[in-house]
Amino acid sequence: MYQYDSIDKAFVADRAAEFRGQVSRRLAGEITEDQFKPIRLMNGLYLQLHAYMLRIAIPYGTLNSAKLRKLAFIARTYDKGYGHFTTRTNLQLHWIKLKDAPEILDHLAEVGMHSMQTSGNVIRNITADPYAGATSDELDDPRVWSEAIRQWSTLHPEFSFLPRKFKIAVGAAVKDRAATRVYDIGLALRRGREGELGFEVMVGGGLGRTPYLGSTIREFLPTRHLLSYLQAILRVYNRHGRRDNIWKARIKVLVASLGAEEFARQVEEEWGKTDPATVDLPNEELARIRASFATELEVLPPGSKRVEARKASDPAFARFLRHNVRPHKAPGYAIVDVSLKTPGETPGDMTSEQMDVVAELGKRFSKDEIRVNYQQNLLLPHVKLDDVPEVYEALAAAGLATPNMELITDIIACPGLDYCTLANARAIPIAQQIALRFADPARAEEIGELPIKISGCINACGHHHVGAIGILGVDKKGEEFYQVTLGGTPENDAALGQILGPALPAAKVAEAIEQMVEVYLRERKDGERFLDTYRRTGAAPFKEAVYADAN
Amino acid sequence: MPTLIKMHQGRAALANDPFTSVADDESLPPGDVIISLTRFQSEGDRLLSEGRAVGVRVEAGEEIEVLAYDLPRLAVVALAFPKFRDGRHYSNARLLRERYSFTGEVRAVGDVLREQALFMFRCGVDAFEPADGSNAEQWEAATRRYSHVYQRAADGRTPAFAERREA
Repeated sequence: MYQYDSIDKAFVADRAAEFRGQVSRRLAGEITEDQFKPIRLMNGLYLQLHAYMLRIAIPYGTLNSAKLRKLAFIARTYDKGYGHFTTRTNLQLHWIKLKDAPEILDHLAEVGMHSMQTSGNVIRNITADPYAGATSDELDDPRVWSEAIRQWSTLHPEFSFLPRKFKIAVGAAVKDRAATRVYDIGLALRRGREGELGFEVMVGGGLGRTPYLGSTIREFLPTRHLLSYLQAILRVYNRHGRRDNIWKARIKVLVASLGAEEFARQVEEEWGKTDPATVDLPNEELARIRASFATELEVLPPGSKRVEARKASDPAFARFLRHNVRPHKAPGYAIVDVSLKTPGETPGDMTSEQMDVVAELGKRFSKDEIRVNYQQNLLLPHVKLDDVPEVYEALAAAGLATPNMELITDIIACPGLDYCTLANARAIPIAQQIALRFADPARAEEIGELPIKISGCINACGHHHVGAIGILGVDKKGEEFYQVTLGGTPENDAALGQILGPALPAAKVAEAIEQMVEVYLRERKDGERFLDTYRRTGAAPFKEAVYADAN
Repeated sequence: MPTLIKMHQGRAALANDPFTSVADDESLPPGDVIISLTRFQSEGDRLLSEGRAVGVRVEAGEEIEVLAYDLPRLAVVALAFPKFRDGRHYSNARLLRERYSFTGEVRAVGDVLREQALFMFRCGVDAFEPADGSNAEQWEAATRRYSHVYQRAADGRTPAFAERREA
């Protein structure tokens, strides 16, 4: 993976030193909380319901063992011994003391990490396909382009005071595993007629109060012009995005109000006035970045006798193989998912001990690489098939081998009212109740692919709009209610969910999920996912099941 | 009169301000003035013909493009930041320097804090009226805090990728 050189290292060290000075000015009372707020937000430090929350960037979700061990150390030393992975592949620590923040940044800088641009009206941490470099359906390694964007966007002088936060996702394969349609900019690698590589550029997607799917403003942008084209988009947005109303300040509102065609015209015009050579990375730098991601894989025979034998004798292992082990592009290797969704636990939470376990497994069995995906799970991208049983056992011993990827218990949930000042309702207990109800792995398997996504407020950090079942917490006169949406997905066939009916009280949510699952099992035809059945039948039978009592 | 800090060859120093900044409802004093875009459009030619140096104050919502043909005649473009969070002028500053090759003074006025110093300087702003009481020394320290930068901008600093190539 990309290793920070002396320049990258100096950069994060300078940043940590700058923040140390700012925190000491604050602690000495030289600046007020009002003046300090934008400064700390530039360093990912929020003041939450109970304490400071530090949001640490994990660019394009890529970790190695040293980084993950450092995160474990920080969580153990400065927090309560656990951290929370988010849909933006950041790690949040929810119980931080202000005075410790500079020291934490120093620790992070030691391993080439930081919390820059995890907050504020800037280009946020870049997310990308978590299977980068490991999957046979990828057209190119998205990390090359993600790293180029990371560098370009870091303390960008022109784009550090945007109308609102700005999020970019990079997909690189036939299958969209980066939710590119629901970001401010979604980039999807494509091949042109001559076999050359380019990006489909989608702009103006996003969830939150007014959800939109991104519009394609360019079908094919040669990869070498990525940064100059991004500059043109950002410049149009910076100059013309609304600043009078925080709810209308995202680029999606600008694109929607101008129309995608007019927005595209303005971007092309701006781009046409720019000399791309002054912005785009030179080939040498792209080659240097590319080389840093090269992974040496041994030539192995396909398949593994060890795995086959274990599979035949151990149904639990066989289930883990079915749901948490994916094909790798190289014969004899596999991608192994690490579930942070054990029923009854908080989705996305991981203890320091668990982080150390996965760091060790990554070091020993996965070419020192570990990834975080937007579903709030981790994965080991390069595991030899022969090693899968040993990895499985270590994961199982640490409570990390729940065989539930994309199943009904693999629930995305934001921290909700338990932690977040913005939330209207709790998300974690609802996720726990649903997961416990479907805790029997055989039943979850029978139900099949069914992503549930829960947000504690309209900001939609839990991506509820793009859940096959989405759940949104709302406040009604001081009481927590939950609105259900059906039919959303962030993948290639991206769609926003539709509201099913009146919001439900907390006590009714898990039961309503159960009722909808019953409808699905009754109605489904061969091989249909929940989403397919919903698309075929429409909302009526689901609505009837959930609201029958009300009539 | 607000403090004026000017950058010269990368050094920040307190500067005398020969310009009087004049609101639209104020009568014009003699000498060099900074006036609004509206006022410039109606009175600019006359003021310039009187041999004065003229600066134009551009509000955050105004398009810098309308000044394109007048730029060679202007001594100062003052970019007015209504709130430090309003970042439109960072784009305007770059356009002034990089697209229109404006060589006069680009001055940041309004809600200007030292936390913005590096960003402004890199976009081509070379004069500042800080609203947070910061002095020239603090301002310069803020512009020099990072030993490397990742992107090309209007300050001509060598970005990381070019440093690597030279190394």
